[in-house]
Amino acid sequence: MNFEFSDEQNLLRDQARGFLDDNCSPAVVRGVLDGQEAWASGLWKKIVEMGWTATVIPEEFGGLGLTHLELVVIAEELGRCAAPVPFSSSVYLATEAILAAGSQAQKEHWLPKLAAGEVIGCLGYAEAAGQTTAKSLQAKVTGGKLTGHKTVVADAQIAQLMVVAAASDSGDGASLYLVQLDDPGVVIDEVITLDPTRPHAGVTFNGANAELLGGEGHGWTQLEALLDRAAVLLAWEQLGGSEACLEMAKNYAMGRYAFGRAIASYQAIKHKLADMYVKNTLARSNAYFGAWALSTDAAELPLAAATARVGSTQAYYFSSKENIQTHGGMGYTWEFDCQFYYRRSKLLAVNIGSETLWQEKLLRAAERANAA
Amino acid sequence: MDFEETAAETSFREEARNWLTANVPSEAEMAGMSGIERAQYWQKRKSDAGWACIRWAKEFGGRDANAIENVILGQEEAKLDLPETGYYFAIGQGMAAPTLMSWADKAAQERFLPRLASGEDVWCQLFSEPAGGSDLAALRTKAERDGDDWVINGQKIWTSGAHYSDFGILVVRTDPTVAKHAGLTYFYVDMKSPGIETKPIRQISGDARFNEVYFTDVRIPDSQRMGNVGQGWQVALTTLMNERASIGSGGGGVKFDVLKKLAESVNIGDRPAIEDSAVRAKLASWYVEEAGLKYTSFRTLSAISKGANPGPENSIGKLVGARKTQDMASFAIDLLEQQGIVRDAAFDEQFGALFQDTYMAIPGLRIAGGTDEIMANIIAERVLGLPQEPRSDKGIPFNEVPTGN
Ligand SMILES: Cc1cc2nc3c(=O)[nH]c(=O)nc-3n(C[C@H](O)[C@H](O)[C@H](O)COP(=O)(O)OP(=O)(O)OC[C@H]3O[C@@H](n4cnc5c(N)ncnc54)[C@H](O)[C@@H]3O)c2cc1C
Repeated sequence: MNFEFSDEQNLLRDQARGFLDDNCSPAVVRGVLDGQEAWASGLWKKIVEMGWTATVIPEEFGGLGLTHLELVVIAEELGRCAAPVPFSSSVYLATEAILAAGSQAQKEHWLPKLAAGEVIGCLGYAEAAGQTTAKSLQAKVTGGKLTGHKTVVADAQIAQLMVVAAASDSGDGASLYLVQLDDPGVVIDEVITLDPTRPHAGVTFNGANAELLGGEGHGWTQLEALLDRAAVLLAWEQLGGSEACLEMAKNYAMGRYAFGRAIASYQAIKHKLADMYVKNTLARSNAYFGAWALSTDAAELPLAAATARVGSTQAYYFSSKENIQTHGGMGYTWEFDCQFYYRRSKLLAVNIGSETLWQEKLLRAAERANAA
Repeated sequence: MDFEETAAETSFREEARNWLTANVPSEAEMAGMSGIERAQYWQKRKSDAGWACIRWAKEFGGRDANAIENVILGQEEAKLDLPETGYYFAIGQGMAAPTLMSWADKAAQERFLPRLASGEDVWCQLFSEPAGGSDLAALRTKAERDGDDWVINGQKIWTSGAHYSDFGILVVRTDPTVAKHAGLTYFYVDMKSPGIETKPIRQISGDARFNEVYFTDVRIPDSQRMGNVGQGWQVALTTLMNERASIGSGGGGVKFDVLKKLAESVNIGDRPAIEDSAVRAKLASWYVEEAGLKYTSFRTLSAISKGANPGPENSIGKLVGARKTQDMASFAIDLLEQQGIVRDAAFDEQFGALFQDTYMAIPGLRIAGGTDEIMANIIAERVLGLPQEPRSDKGIPFNEVPTGN
């Protein structure tokens, strides 16, 4: 057993952090929050140049052929600066979906474009408020044409390609499909969300061309497997954000005085920060295990992913709200950056299903593991 | 003890309900009015008919009603769709007025209280400063005596509603060479006085409901002082105790009933969320807290109606209410899943943006009027009598207290 990152991976982390310090300062996040730009397209270009979008794509498809251990290192750093880019949509979701289920032709066509950032991908499966299930799915493909609606899809208005879960053409269960978003049968309606640093839209399909991705009728199983993989990557992103909150809170508490003392010297604040640390550390350890399971395609992945996801979601919610609290009135102002993380933590807490849903997945995976 | 209404209370309830239902302002009547204009319009109508600030003495614009009647009126109001008044008048009616009643002279009481009751005058609270928040008594805005006037220089911050207020209650430092609590003095000030400048501060919720307020050579007549010179802390405590009582129940919007409704309308798996035992357990816990807060406030009211002052035990309301509301709003968003992050009132017919707006506003309530941590300290030290932490600002002149700078 070796529960550590390699020297190369640690070097990658340092590089990534340095790069993001230079290119994703709070001013960049704020520019998007304030609506000066819809998303950080300049930063995205540089991220692509760094090769991050190509990380796990095999070399034969224009990628770097690295492992998911490298990818989680990047994910944590992107989370730490609340980067306003479609990385999770394009890399953790669309790219992963094609890697897992794409035909040779689909891989040859899409992966080089995704690696080179020429194409941004996204995923749509949820259709309404509450949980969307294989049974409740309304979107449907008939004769290769997709009709239906996907609610609040991250990055839909800036993506070119969408992986969509819909009832199968054959009438037999759900399947995944690839849909090009410039198709005349696609209508995209931007929605205003809690976290304006990441664009979201409702997407309606009126007979858009849909190309089967993976086995017909196996779509829901494929989706669940895809979300397990994304859950690990997002857990690292959430963890990065949660660590940033702890760091901000610590720095502020050391410099702010009340009653003649640094507020960091009060046990109420110390214990709050210690609680953040404990939650982050447990989440990190679970995320390590998740990263291992993801990078080795271990049988434990579903349980490891759910554990990492729930832990990081809880840690991030706690750290982001208590970071504001530690800052007092300042933390509640638009001018301070605490809000970036409070918004982002909630977005990431529901984007691939809420804590409630992942708790249920965790229990089911644990039961299966026990039965085996 | 009796949780049933007496016959007199029931008949009061009917009277209140009848008047309210007959007088709810229609949307057409208020078309084009801003939030505060609506609040003032409705408050004036209530006041003209004797339904404003009903616990106050009749001579001050009240009704000489008791605490229970006040609760009953609040319950009946809550059933109707009325203009929001609490936000605009809580400081004036809930904090400035009780301070005026305890500390101002009769002339000031007669001049200001009826106009506070009728909503004609809106007041703000000029207490907090950049270096004096939790540690309010560390405030630095200074007042120097000049003939019959005091001359004020300094800066206040987080002043809710300063931009539309007519008057403010103000604590300033009149002597920096004595221990910090001993050097404070309390005034009220006309917000239109020359030398007052108000700058809005934007909140994470997107609104700008509070302000920075700068004082440059602002003159206040000595007649606007409440309490003696150097007695400002004691006067401020009257305000703060009432603040804690008035924002006590804390947290607006997301309550048990609405969360239950949401859980009935969305699915977990392929069943309504309300059938999920984990959801039920959470709802039940929140219900218990909500009921506990409600009955705690009833017990406080019973005590107040027998003459007790609102005490430090009221810190419980905000402490529990704000945290609970934050968790409930967050959980509501979880129940909505991906769609939960949409923050657009037009998107969801049933709930609008209630959960998302609450999620963004509630961190402020955990800080305003004393942070969670300060509330817990008050409970520990003033209610339980636990010893204070060692303090490096005790018994030394204010201008020698460490500030980290
Ligand atoms: C929405 C809103 C509206 C407001 N409206 C008004 C208003 O109208 N008028 C007005 O005068 N003020 C107003 N305030 C100011 C409010 O009272 C202060 O923000 C609050 O008292 C905290 O002070 P601070 O912001 O300086 O935080 P700080 O005092 O700097 O607190 C920072 C952190 O340190 C903690 N801390 C401080 N001291 C201790 C201690 N001894 N033990 C443990 N922890 C401690 C706090 O709990 C907090 O977590 C408002 C604030 C908000 C958010």
